[in-house]
Amino acid sequence: MAASILDGIFNGLSIGSILLLAALGLAIVFGLMGVINMAHGELMMLGAYTTTVVQRGFRLFGDGSPLFDFYIFFALIAAFFVAALVGLALERGVIRFLYGRPLETLLATWGVSLILQQFVRSVSGVVTASLIVFCLSFFGGMWVLKKRTNFEQIRGWAIAALLILSGVLARVVNRLLAGAYGLAVTQPWFGAQNQDVTAPGWLRGGIPMGAYQLPKTRIFIMALTILCVLGVYLFLNRTTWGMRIRSVTQNRNMSACLGIPTQKVDALTFALGSGLAGIAGCGVSLLGSVGPNTGQNYIVNTFMVVVVGGVGKLIGTVVGALGIGIADYVVGTGMLANLTNNEAVEGFFRFFATTSMAKVMVFLLIVVFLQFRPAGLFPQKGRSVDA
Amino acid sequence: MERQLGRRKFLVYGSAALGTSILLKSCATPTTTETTDAAATGGDAPAAASGDTIKVGVLHSLSGTMAISEKSVVDSTLLAIKQINEAGGVAGKQIEPILEDGSSDWPTFAEKARKLIDQDQVVAIFGCWTSASRKAVLPVFEEKNHLLFYPVQYEGQECSKNIFYTGAAPNQQIEPSVEWLLENKGNEFFLVGSDYVFPRTANTIIKAQVEASGGTVVGEDYLPLGNIEVSPIISKIRSDLPNGGVIYNTLNGDSNVAFFKEMEGAGLTPDRYPVMSVSIAEEEIAAIGKEYLLGQYAAWNYFMTVDSPENTAFVDAFKAEYGDSRVVNDPMEAGYIAVNLWKQAVEKVGDAGTSTDLDAIRAAVIGTEMDAPEGPVRMYPNHHISKTVRIGEVRDDGLFEIISETDGPVEPQPWNQFVQETQGFACDWTRTDVPDPGRFEI
Repeated sequence: MAASILDGIFNGLSIGSILLLAALGLAIVFGLMGVINMAHGELMMLGAYTTTVVQRGFRLFGDGSPLFDFYIFFALIAAFFVAALVGLALERGVIRFLYGRPLETLLATWGVSLILQQFVRSVSGVVTASLIVFCLSFFGGMWVLKKRTNFEQIRGWAIAALLILSGVLARVVNRLLAGAYGLAVTQPWFGAQNQDVTAPGWLRGGIPMGAYQLPKTRIFIMALTILCVLGVYLFLNRTTWGMRIRSVTQNRNMSACLGIPTQKVDALTFALGSGLAGIAGCGVSLLGSVGPNTGQNYIVNTFMVVVVGGVGKLIGTVVGALGIGIADYVVGTGMLANLTNNEAVEGFFRFFATTSMAKVMVFLLIVVFLQFRPAGLFPQKGRSVDA
Repeated sequence: MERQLGRRKFLVYGSAALGTSILLKSCATPTTTETTDAAATGGDAPAAASGDTIKVGVLHSLSGTMAISEKSVVDSTLLAIKQINEAGGVAGKQIEPILEDGSSDWPTFAEKARKLIDQDQVVAIFGCWTSASRKAVLPVFEEKNHLLFYPVQYEGQECSKNIFYTGAAPNQQIEPSVEWLLENKGNEFFLVGSDYVFPRTANTIIKAQVEASGGTVVGEDYLPLGNIEVSPIISKIRSDLPNGGVIYNTLNGDSNVAFFKEMEGAGLTPDRYPVMSVSIAEEEIAAIGKEYLLGQYAAWNYFMTVDSPENTAFVDAFKAEYGDSRVVNDPMEAGYIAVNLWKQAVEKVGDAGTSTDLDAIRAAVIGTEMDAPEGPVRMYPNHHISKTVRIGEVRDDGLFEIISETDGPVEPQPWNQFVQETQGFACDWTRTDVPDPGRFEI
């Protein structure tokens, strides 16, 4: 009995810690900035793909080499920066025009998520070359044209002309390269297939505990989650930029008056949230699959966690994630059914004791919970929010 | 002033949209256009209009969850078409494939099937992967009295006049594998599957069969498609099978990866907990990581390691077309067979038919034979083909060691003989003396 309860708690915490890791970035982006970022899952996916790339790179040292065993740490760092950079570009390129318009943000970021998914499916030598040519000619052209004194007057035409010109140029480069080198450059790097991420040797297998064995990857993810939560907490509460982020969250106009560069703060916050998504992607690649849809598997759960926890509170996200994790496990394995002797109650719980029915039950519980606490577990107090 | 601004903005956004769409097009199409161009050999408008090409539809998910699996079937289907075209085409005409994307969305499949039939006037469609997508297009094909070739093993319990099934029926994959497990691996089963029509039906069949053979099914669990949180399932396996036992896995897609990684982490090794999978083929091994699958089993009709001259030729041709690192698998081979059987039927009739009159072709497909990569296959009057059944064990190069194989092709039985409701039922589209040739009692 005690063993099974312990097992339940460990497994529940482990499910919860994955949810938490995935939701942490969103807690910042959605919770603090109020941006509904549907591309959050895709940022995780980019982190996971970064992990496969780093792993492929380290394979060059040989599978058994001691260096290979530590690729995961490089992958974590790389995943953070890749996702953060993409997040930064996303914020500067799309989201900053849409602050305060949640519906448009939702649609735009959803579009971005589809683009990113298809991008990893189709990216190949020629696609990259065309993209580089496009960016170079477009932004280069803009840079040159900006020097003209009458730039403001011709702006619209310039952008239109440059876009078409760069598009055509990219297309030409694409066809030429594909024609000249064939399969070598047109073959997708990743394709639609799932990618293989193998945990390093010291993370394979598990630690025996009585009759059970705790998978090491799960312990690693729990540790990673704790580190990330601590890191975010310290960053938000102990550093200047963290303070600025919080003040902009609470009252943007007042912060701007006091000389805080709100635009920079927005960009930084979004990049941080995205970077955390990248780390989460790296973490979950140890457990699950790495494919174009990896992110979609998490997006609903992460929003659920943030909403249940209470928008804008880190502690809410932590408690929400762990709570949902434990509920998922306890319902899904039918532990509740084993606890009672009442036949009707047992039958009821048995009915929900499959993984897909457990999801239904947990969703129901959340819906009921939100009826009574619409602002979540730890609602933001004060009158400044959404002023 | 305001008007001017509006127009300027409109110009900027409009041109931005145009530019991006051009860019996206240039990025997204190379792989598909290259193959279709090559396959159709100048299949641009004039050729199609002059009537010396035959249009066929290829309807698979090129985006979404199922793109992972379905894209590879598109590749092998196009390879078959290309080979036929290079050998002079069919009935003197070149085949022009028209690709449509079902987007992993079942209503889209139906819509695209309708488009291929009505608008493109194709004379046959090769496509679908999930049973859900097949069930979605079925009414369209029956309404239009058209022709679909379906290349994937499935749960059976269906026999449509308008569909030819070149993948395995349950008695050509699931039943022999369960029999093999009962003989070699023990008689306590735990069933794991994704939560949709194929695993649920397959598990009904497995349960009936295991119980009929004196074994027991100690538990079963279903994961929503795409879900990767498997630890509750692992816990259940441990508590239901404390001393080891057989796990029958009908999970599809991403869940498999999480499942096998977690099995290893939890210490459930193949010597005590052998897993038999029906959705894991060569492609999936590469994606999951062969380290996690070493020593596990899969049941298919075709493995890349089948030793025959036909298979060597097939594998070589595929690699030459799509790159050396690519692998082929069972559904891809079934897709390849489908095109070739259709071609034979067209040659028998001497004409591909029109999109409204395909009865002659449909009758001619029955009885077509081929020395396929998997061995000899023949189309039966029940619209399924005979297939050799094989059990493979994952070896350390990521391919399968074939450890068991039927002596010859197994006859297809679309209506399952273990399930009570369909016991004694058969399907024969050449019969005219029964009210419903699709499902009648023998």
